[in-house]
Amino acid sequence: MELTGAEIFVECLKEEGVDTIFGYPGGAVLFLYDELYKQHDKINHILVRHEQGAVHAAEGYAKATNKPGVALVTSGPGATNAVTGIADAYLDSVPLVVFTGQVPRALIGNDAFQEVDIVGITRPCVKHNFLVTDVNDLATTIKKAFYIASTGRPGPVLVDIPKDITTARCEFHYPKEITMRSYNPTVKGNKRQVRRALDLMLEAKKPVLYTGGGVVLSGAAHQLTELAHELGFPITNTLMGLGGFPSMDKQFIGMLGMHGTYEANNAMHHADLVIAIGARFDDRVTGNIEKFCPYAKIIHVDIDPASISKNVKVDVPIVGDVKSVIIDMLEELRSRSERPDAAALAAWWQQIKEWQGADCLKYNQDVNAAIKAQFVVEKWWEVTNGDAYICSDVGQHQMWAAQYYKFSKPNRWINSGGLGTMGFGLPAAMGVQMAFPEETVACITGDGSIQMCIQELATCLQYHLPIKVISLNNGYLGMVRQWQEFFYQKRYAMSYMEALPDFVKLAEAYGHVGMRIEKVSDVEGALKEALALKDRLVFMDFITERENNVFPMVPAGAGQNEMILV
Amino acid sequence: MRHVISILMENEAGALSRVAGLFSARGYNIESLTVAPTDDATLSRLTVVTRGSDEIVEQIVKQLNKLIDVVKVMDLSQYSHMEREMMFIKVGVEKNTACEAVKRLADIFRGNIIDVSDKTYTIELTGDRSKLDAFVNALKDYRIIEVVRSGSMGIARGEASLHI
Repeated sequence: MELTGAEIFVECLKEEGVDTIFGYPGGAVLFLYDELYKQHDKINHILVRHEQGAVHAAEGYAKATNKPGVALVTSGPGATNAVTGIADAYLDSVPLVVFTGQVPRALIGNDAFQEVDIVGITRPCVKHNFLVTDVNDLATTIKKAFYIASTGRPGPVLVDIPKDITTARCEFHYPKEITMRSYNPTVKGNKRQVRRALDLMLEAKKPVLYTGGGVVLSGAAHQLTELAHELGFPITNTLMGLGGFPSMDKQFIGMLGMHGTYEANNAMHHADLVIAIGARFDDRVTGNIEKFCPYAKIIHVDIDPASISKNVKVDVPIVGDVKSVIIDMLEELRSRSERPDAAALAAWWQQIKEWQGADCLKYNQDVNAAIKAQFVVEKWWEVTNGDAYICSDVGQHQMWAAQYYKFSKPNRWINSGGLGTMGFGLPAAMGVQMAFPEETVACITGDGSIQMCIQELATCLQYHLPIKVISLNNGYLGMVRQWQEFFYQKRYAMSYMEALPDFVKLAEAYGHVGMRIEKVSDVEGALKEALALKDRLVFMDFITERENNVFPMVPAGAGQNEMILV
Repeated sequence: MRHVISILMENEAGALSRVAGLFSARGYNIESLTVAPTDDATLSRLTVVTRGSDEIVEQIVKQLNKLIDVVKVMDLSQYSHMEREMMFIKVGVEKNTACEAVKRLADIFRGNIIDVSDKTYTIELTGDRSKLDAFVNALKDYRIIEVVRSGSMGIARGEASLHI
């Protein structure tokens, strides 16, 4: 039977097992929306209030579930509004399929109403993109889009569909499988390289496991924990890798990088072997690359060959899926009789304990002083038993959330790491809450970030999403102000939010519960009260210490061992 | 160092701009870029001439391979290979002496005069880059009106080849 392009679109989503999509209608996608209307019992469409929100929500959904997130927007401004989210997904390797409407084929290139070349605009920030020029190609293109987005190093794929394609008809046939001669990601790591890696691991005197978002994306947290336990090595996570190893485990030495722990950064600096797994030696991790890991051999496991030896020369590269390679490493380790050098490891741990003695995340919360953001995050961790999904915006609050919420499971920490997109947190939390309606989902944010996608509070009301918004309000763009304090002689250029809205009234205006918390003694009670309001979005506006700084810190240009502690 | 990189790519709209965009986005240098379909109509072959350290060229090759439309990449500089470029050059020959001299130079360089008018000769010349440079240089005393160069293309010698 022949179907229209719009019918094929919905059939394809069903074939891919998509049950939830995030989007915003417009002229070019009216036929697609008409079909979604007819089949609303099959696909749940969440109407956001801005296309950026749709893409971030799809990202939140994907990051929490490891399934591709799906967004649908119209042509022109709908598509350009989605670009920030697409770039965000590209830098954090989030599997995403974004459908954009396009003007009818005959009008392409004509500067038609709501026409932009979105395939051209997004080319540098997608894993791949397609313009559908024939309805006969639509199903195969959508199949390819999901396949490319979710395999190899995941990423966003954009499919641009001209309006007349959605009304054109053809026989519908959905390919069960797809093979592409130009795209065959390597999954299995090279056995010889795995053996070489194990040789180094068994010889090492000062080893460190440095693991990143790849562990979470690959679903390898369990295998990584096993490997770390069998080796007894200290382990540090990148910002994206948090939750890939349980934070309360005694082998965990905290996050590394610019705002990582003193012990993690020093361990990296003094290590004789760094085992990087699903991490990409980002500049926020390495600090000054000239001073990075001066004594270490480096093993690097990554599914993306282009990530290997990009920033740092690697001694043993292993291209492959993180989970598959860790399983091979475990097998190789178990087949051998040697074990890591216990005496050397004991001495290494002794050294690490000394660094831990600096207690770099210590802070002092005076009951009568202003609330410290760190204290709020730590209390939230306590009252949720460390089990909530934490979505974060970007800035100081993001770093405090990463430092003080001790993640014990993967996919629970959802933040914009690579692009650093303010406004990510609230819509991402919507995506997570849609995926897990019964779970506690929080958005830890600041008074700057929250205003970048505040309109999504309306979406939260429409779909009854009981997100707990934890606003760490200091009246500043805190991270900008911190840098201005340190490096620009306290010239606070434009980092002061002079006219903040009354967030309590704002939350109430959107139909939610608002709270303002100004006293230290009220923090825990407010958090518990919000948690008890199971079916309501609660916006907690914590009035926090104004000029609080994120410590420790590796200043720009410094090495990992040159941290500012306080 | 100068590298000649050959790329086999799906012959699809936008494929060329993915390669060109990759070079500009990542700050890689392009000395020349040529592209045309192959005997297999679904494939295009590109030749990019670039400069960079070994590390940079390694990244270029990896990043090219990462493009979904790229089927295969070969750094010809790692093989014994041949390189050719084609040039059209239009020269003013108004002076009587110029006609003879330009024709003689074209012969020496084994170029062909493919168009003649009262005032101009148009010469076709094929060779590696330095030969074309030398020919342009040899004509510097005459009035060069127009130079069109195709950019380099290359192929490995012997059994080594880039095919699917």
